[in-house]
Amino acid sequence: MKPAPFEYLAPDSLSAVVEIMSENGDDAKLLAGGQSLIPAMNFRLVQPMLLIDLNKVSELDYVISNENGELRIGAMTRQRRLETDPTIARQAPLIAETMPHVAHPQIRNRGTIGGSLVHADPAAELPVIMVALDGRLLVRSNSGERWISSSSCFQGIFTTDIKPEEVLIEVAIPPMAPRTGWSFVEFARRKGDYALIGVAAVITLDNSGHCIHARLVYLNAGDTPIEAQQAAAVLINEKLSPALYREAAEVADAAIEPTANIHASVPYLRHLSRVLTVRALDQAATRAMQKIQ
Amino acid sequence: MIEPHNVEIKVNGQLYRGNVEPRMLLSDFIRHELDLTGTHVGCEQGVCGACTILFDGQPVRSCIMLAVQADGHEIRTVEDLSSTGPANDLELHPLQDAFWQAHGLQCGFCTPGFLMTLVAFLEQNPQPSEVEIREAISGNLCRCTGYQNIVEAVSIAAQSMFGEDR
Ligand SMILES: Cc1cc2nc3c(=O)[nH]c(=O)nc-3n(C[C@H](O)[C@H](O)[C@H](O)COP(=O)(O)OP(=O)(O)OC[C@H]3O[C@@H](n4cnc5c(N)ncnc54)[C@H](O)[C@@H]3O)c2cc1C
Ligand code: FES
Ligand code: FES
Repeated sequence: MKPAPFEYLAPDSLSAVVEIMSENGDDAKLLAGGQSLIPAMNFRLVQPMLLIDLNKVSELDYVISNENGELRIGAMTRQRRLETDPTIARQAPLIAETMPHVAHPQIRNRGTIGGSLVHADPAAELPVIMVALDGRLLVRSNSGERWISSSSCFQGIFTTDIKPEEVLIEVAIPPMAPRTGWSFVEFARRKGDYALIGVAAVITLDNSGHCIHARLVYLNAGDTPIEAQQAAAVLINEKLSPALYREAAEVADAAIEPTANIHASVPYLRHLSRVLTVRALDQAATRAMQKIQ
Repeated sequence: MIEPHNVEIKVNGQLYRGNVEPRMLLSDFIRHELDLTGTHVGCEQGVCGACTILFDGQPVRSCIMLAVQADGHEIRTVEDLSSTGPANDLELHPLQDAFWQAHGLQCGFCTPGFLMTLVAFLEQNPQPSEVEIREAISGNLCRCTGYQNIVEAVSIAAQSMFGEDR
């Protein structure tokens, strides 16, 4: 058998999970889709004493949109559902459009939004999307609940602000402002592989077509999702044009720190980043323009 | 000593009852406990897709699931695709037949994973384009065929299973 021995519990309520986590803290691991955790256990890189399976906690699997247009997604919502759910497609199309880049259909059938966010792989798409959409994460432990902003959640490779005894229960995404466009582009060697580098862009225009909000967030360009604020600032108050996209891409070059690997050198990754930035900004701006009457 | 857990799993239509240690992978359970060796194990880390089975009708990697997690659920493996014909002979599933016709396999190691991925895919998308087919199999590795004949097999299967003049 591949994984080291562990005790296994599969409670069917969130309150039971929180209780067990408060008693076992560091020795226990939560099992969501298992698509990152079980490979790590197969390698014995992770050897929990106790595995707490969340798959029977059906109260954590939901997608709802409340009155003020905020989207709330339960931590155990499968990645496959993020891809196909009509509410998500309507309110946060950036999530739905990005999902086909996350691994393969078989993996998205099991993998969850919560697992991907807590795993915090710098090459993962969902953390980048959460930062781009200004999402918030709700965690619960025996001492209560707290919200974590996505800009402060991701602290390093596989490291978040979520404590070992805390359970991620929900992700909340604010309503999209009017005249907002979005885009996610990445370059992967094969569909569904972890990308060499990628970028999410969100742009909001005013009625006259000037940019009033812009966000650029990079994937696999550092230890966490990298938000290039100075690059986005280039666009503010401007009428957008390809020249400005290129300028923003140059400025973003200073914000990212991609590392070389067997498939790509740093100069190549930086080149990719500039090309992808221009494409993402162009698509996001075009979509925002289409919403101006 | 870790206590084994009781499980009740519907396997290819039949109920299985038994005990499993929590760390038993679903793929090992299928091969070693159920003796259903049609499910192949390549990488055991979720990458190659050889171990793909249907879990409650959906394709999943059995090497990165635990057997205990299948308790109360239904699994289908490649053994369930073919059926017994009138003369007690083996009748291939139309998809298997299409793989045979199009030469969609060489060594066959990857084939069970492709088949289980694709039966579910064709049910959801009975008339797939080539691009959609290639996307559907993006999570399955084949070191022999170069994929072209597999893509062709899927088109043939779609035609024979859902085509107009079937
Ligand atoms: C071949 C392959 C390719 C992949 N390619 C990609 C890719 O291109 N892009 C990508 O983003 N991902 C990719 N993945 C990873 C996949 O998206 C995983 O599903 C995801 O990273 C983890 O989600 P999970 O639900 O499977 O979590 P698990 O593996 O179950 O858990 C991951 C971690 O999160 C913790 N955790 C889970 N849920 C909670 C919770 N509610 N509260 C607190 N802690 C929790 C677990 O304890 C564990 O530490 C790939 C995986 C494989 C096997
Ligand atoms: S053996 Fe399961 S994906 Fe390779
Ligand atoms: S036929 Fe040999 S790996 Fe696919």
